[in-house]
Amino acid sequence: MALPELAAADAAAGTADAATRRRDVVAALSRVLPAHCILHRGEDTTPYECDGLTAYRARPLVVVLPETEAQVAAVLKTCHVLGVPVVARGAGTGLSGGALPHTLGVTLSLAKFNRIVRVDPVACTATVQSGVRNLAISEAAAPLGLYYAPDPSSQIACTIGGNVAENSGGVHCLKYGLTLHNVLQVRGYTVEGEAVTFGSEALDCGGLDLMAVLVGSEGMLAVATEVTIRLIPKPQLARCIMASFGDIESAGNAVAAVIAAGIIPAGLELMDKRMTAAVEDYVHAGYDLDAAAILLCESDGTPAEVEEEIGRMSEVLRASGATRITVSRDEAQRLKFWSGRKNAFPASGRISPDYMCMDSTIPRKRLADVLRAIEAMEEKYALRCVNVFHAGDGNLHPLILFDANDPDQLHRCELFGADILETSVRLGGTVTGEHGVGVEKLNSMCVQFSAAELEQMSAVKRAFDPQELLNPGKVIPSLQRCAEYGKLTVLRGLLPFPELPRF
Amino acid sequence: MNAAVDTLDPALRRLVDQIRSASASQTALDIRGGGSKAFYGGPPRGEGLDMRQLAGISSHEPTELVVTARAGTPLAELEAALGEHGQCLAFEPPRFGGGGADHPGTVGGMVAAGLAGPARASAGAVRDHVLGATVLNGRGELLTFGGQVMKNVAGYDVSRLMAGSMGVLGVLCEVSLKVLPRAVAQTTIEFETDEVQALAWLGARRAQPLPVTASSWHQGRLRVRLAGARAAVHSAAQELGGHAIDANTAAAWWRAVRDQTEPFFVLDAAALTRGECLWRLSLPPAAPALDLPGAQFIEWGGAQRWLRTAAAADAVRAAAAGAGGHATLFRAADKSAGVFAPLAPPLLRIHRNLKAAFDPAGVFNPGRLVADL
Repeated sequence: MALPELAAADAAAGTADAATRRRDVVAALSRVLPAHCILHRGEDTTPYECDGLTAYRARPLVVVLPETEAQVAAVLKTCHVLGVPVVARGAGTGLSGGALPHTLGVTLSLAKFNRIVRVDPVACTATVQSGVRNLAISEAAAPLGLYYAPDPSSQIACTIGGNVAENSGGVHCLKYGLTLHNVLQVRGYTVEGEAVTFGSEALDCGGLDLMAVLVGSEGMLAVATEVTIRLIPKPQLARCIMASFGDIESAGNAVAAVIAAGIIPAGLELMDKRMTAAVEDYVHAGYDLDAAAILLCESDGTPAEVEEEIGRMSEVLRASGATRITVSRDEAQRLKFWSGRKNAFPASGRISPDYMCMDSTIPRKRLADVLRAIEAMEEKYALRCVNVFHAGDGNLHPLILFDANDPDQLHRCELFGADILETSVRLGGTVTGEHGVGVEKLNSMCVQFSAAELEQMSAVKRAFDPQELLNPGKVIPSLQRCAEYGKLTVLRGLLPFPELPRF
Repeated sequence: MNAAVDTLDPALRRLVDQIRSASASQTALDIRGGGSKAFYGGPPRGEGLDMRQLAGISSHEPTELVVTARAGTPLAELEAALGEHGQCLAFEPPRFGGGGADHPGTVGGMVAAGLAGPARASAGAVRDHVLGATVLNGRGELLTFGGQVMKNVAGYDVSRLMAGSMGVLGVLCEVSLKVLPRAVAQTTIEFETDEVQALAWLGARRAQPLPVTASSWHQGRLRVRLAGARAAVHSAAQELGGHAIDANTAAAWWRAVRDQTEPFFVLDAAALTRGECLWRLSLPPAAPALDLPGAQFIEWGGAQRWLRTAAAADAVRAAAAGAGGHATLFRAADKSAGVFAPLAPPLLRIHRNLKAAFDPAGVFNPGRLVADL
């Protein structure tokens, strides 16, 4: 895999210089960490060579698994003095290579930070170490009738620290927000190893709202060790409508119509026909295999509230041309409806040796346009693509099916993916809705942002990390890389005012 | 050179020229909208940069739940346009100094100040509704971050960093905001109760799935606004009891709280002479009643406590910090004690670096957020 910015490091990794460097770094870390917290032999560091995006691999120089905050601080101080890059890592479930190791750097695993510090039933907050799994928080809060709303599909494994790094979403974002909207406070360390607290247990804090850039910064600004998040009361009831549509346009229009009716569904998801067939074969949820698209539309709240909302939603969906509407009878059936959507990725894994999941967001009204464009790309790149879509917030997840053993298929798949992202930007969207840029979408960032915008982001990075040691080479492409990619964005101005006379 | 700046908009061109020449001569710029929040933060100084020349709603897509407006657009105009489609800014931005259609506040000022109204605890902050922003940095470069979609993790979320930044990083030119449908039903109930009981009442209900969208306690009166689906509001009102307030009175009350026209918030000449100040204490909502001299007005389920007092700044800040929060000197004749809570050393360093990264000549709104920045 050609990664221009890591290429030099890759080359160096195999040299005698790298061996010397590893010896020096291990020696320095051994002074601050017990031996069992340091991995440096090839067979021990290989399991860390990739995250959820397995197409990109790099073996780290050293892996450390600190057990205390003081050890995290000491690792950072040590690396800072030596000028060694540090890549923080949670569960390694990220889909964009955000935790891809640096071949001349230290991978800092927070796996041992897995303690739920406190669940506060009065403040409705949970304070957890950053290696605690997303789902474990809701499980701990369940006896109090509370839960943590953001639910990325990897929630069984992904950690809250990783969620903070990626600003993870899930299927309930439209109503309940992203990670950013649900995090109150992050405690951690600066690149220099100095303790720092972002946010507070109040609803705001003094000064700039640094949490806004910290969340979603992919571990490039600070290392989080403890996160305080907002818990919300579990709705008494949730019911889900499964609606079939004869064509993808009417499904897209139905989504707009639901929103236009002043309804904010708890979840609003769309699957195309091929995706539906793949998941039905996997979970047997009773999906309508004749439908061109299936919409899942959820309402939650008090029983009276849900009844009122389900009625209004059904009416809108019917008026928008739904050919079949089924409302979940009970919790078991509701979970069944969702089982297919939540298993879209493994189901794709059964119909193809490999798949690459894209993650762009578009204005909802362009849904039919983008799906038509993807159809044309299937022909152009001679690969198949199945589509799931967080329709409520415009977040597409096209899954491109390919066989990684065939280098040409992998190459075509990458071109296909880049084409989807560029099309999304052209339609007014963004190259990543919730999976992050990592290394996967570095080139696409050149399409979305101007040179001055990328330079401003780099300056933000240096404001936190002047020597650029935290997870270097991710998120912001170098201008040289963009020049090589040959696609710098056209400079944008303000949106035009179509209704106003020109000056 | 940015083609868009050159060709599209003379107002934008003028702003760029003024910023570049101010940066070249290191002249402070006072970024001004309608001036309705000039009282807030450190005192404005420098040459005025009038943002009202850059006004207008650029796009509103009701079914996308997104509106994009230029910074100088009057807030009243924006909210009226949303209202035509049954939509609103869910965080209820205040219109200080009176909330009529002639209110001078602008969209840019609203985002830069980052202040939200009574709905904050349930609806989220201004920052939570910012989807994208186009800004001019100190070099006069026009930069766009974020976008017009709900989910966007492409690069650092610089657009949200602008919310509450008091204009110290850059000049907001255009912002995209998430909008929401207005609640179908709404009712306000009232209880006679003291401060401790009111906080206990709010605390006991925080973990319940109730459609509470605002709360206020002052002088023995707890008022709670319920809003949402008809059925939810109706059943919650029945369950909670209290006595229902007439709809017009309730609407006027929440407006007066939002805009601080309620007499508690108004410091007249006599009060100022007595050395009275209005403090905003932002605390963990479950923090107990604070023993501080003066009168209090509680909002946001206990998370925002207004204090009208002549007590020393250090005592107020210490009490807020002791409760896990921070205190802002919101309205006062003398702000020499500092407006915002002091920052911890690593945060202050990051603030200085960020300021230098966006505004190397240090011309934008000096001192409005951090004393010497």
